Amino acid sequence: MKDKVINVTRDTVVGEVMKMKNDGYRLVTFSTYQVDEDGLGILYHFDKNLETIHLRLTVKRKDSIPSVSGVYFAALLVENEIRDQWDVKFDGLVLDFNRTLYLDPEVTQVPLVSNVKIAPKQ
Amino acid sequence: MATTVIPFGPQHPVLPEPVHLTLKVEDEIVKEAIPALGYVHRGLEKLADIRDYHQMIQVCERVCGICSMIHAVCYSQGIEELMEVEVPKRAEMLRVIWSELHRSHSHLLWLGLFADAFGFESLFMQFWKVRERIMDINEATTGSRVIVSVNVIGGVRADLSPDQIRWILSEIDIVEKEVRALQDTIMNDYTVKARTVGVGVLSKEDAYLLGAAGPTLRGSGVAQDMRMLGYGGYAELDFEPVVETSGDCWARSTVRFRETLQSIDLVRQAIAKLPEGELAAKVKGNPPEGEVYTRVEQPRGECVYYIKGNGTKHLDRLRIRTPTFANIPPLLAMLPGCELADVPVIVLSIDPCISCTER
Repeated sequence: MKDKVINVTRDTVVGEVMKMKNDGYRLVTFSTYQVDEDGLGILYHFDKNLETIHLRLTVKRKDSIPSVSGVYFAALLVENEIRDQWDVKFDGLVLDFNRTLYLDPEVTQVPLVSNVKIAPKQ
Repeated sequence: MATTVIPFGPQHPVLPEPVHLTLKVEDEIVKEAIPALGYVHRGLEKLADIRDYHQMIQVCERVCGICSMIHAVCYSQGIEELMEVEVPKRAEMLRVIWSELHRSHSHLLWLGLFADAFGFESLFMQFWKVRERIMDINEATTGSRVIVSVNVIGGVRADLSPDQIRWILSEIDIVEKEVRALQDTIMNDYTVKARTVGVGVLSKEDAYLLGAAGPTLRGSGVAQDMRMLGYGGYAELDFEPVVETSGDCWARSTVRFRETLQSIDLVRQAIAKLPEGELAAKVKGNPPEGEVYTRVEQPRGECVYYIKGNGTKHLDRLRIRTPTFANIPPLLAMLPGCELADVPVIVLSIDPCISCTER
């Protein structure tokens, strides 16, 4: 990517996102991609005066991720979307749809990860 | 005061597409709004696994009909950046012309729907009548009224003849005249202002921090427009973002009204600067390994595509962030404190496109 990319970890992501907010950046969205069978990459996209910076977080899909919705309220929809589509949990989500933002409770297939099953919601 | 829970949607007269809001109301004042999505989610991003990267243009156009042209431009420019393809100048300017025609017909459609939301039926019909001329231009120049399908990776597949250009210029002159004739009503009419001024106010700071996009952001005083990036042919055109400062429904409608006239001006400028040359560069092979982040300005605001290639004809990942998705958190901030009767007007004021949101 042409823009600046900063690598972050699960421990530092909230602090780095807070730093972006304090520096006057607007949260645009996140993009998630598959790194390998168990690994996911999440890019947090920020914008200020048309300049873009991305934070890159790489995690195992089974690991929960600290939510940044307490820093940027707008993150709540993206995090719920990632929860639905990649079966990743976010700790501290301000409004948690618990895997039913898009999906019906009886769904048992993770939409964007091949051959991964999930338990239906009760 | 007892709290009443009122469901808004998924089917509602002001909503062309289904979305649900759970409204918690006290004495007809909204205290909280919680959204429920997913009624029309289609999983289009997943199709990148099974459609090759050329076919995905047609899929991206179907994310949303009203801004189909601009979705295709965003996707194409992402792939072109990944593959280091240089798009001919004529193709870039033709993309601007069709993109601005899309923006103006989207805004005219919305202005009509907005008038309908507060019960001004004749104004609704007037805006839609004007819009028909733009749809006729789309049909005459591309063969389709809505999903024009002119983009290919590397350029465009359709051209404009000198006769067509003369006809477009005469048509948009009429469109401008007819739109200006409605200006006083949509911006100054007492009944319109009574339903829109001071309703659904979003402060400049909130709009920015909540990630608002497009007219919702600019109506709150933030001068941000992705066309300022100069993508495609926009670098050669002269324009300033349309900004209003009051942050209410009136401001958002005024931004869209003024942007309709701006789009007409941009079509004229693009036609005046339309260079001779090829329509498309030759594209060989597959997108290489790598990732791009690309964005454009749609009628509803900033649209973002993240594309990850892996060297095959399929993409590793296609992520689409549409403007309505960005405008839902600001909507949730606008609703608390409003009267129940104003909810349809406020919801419509962000120009919600649910098929975009749910892709």
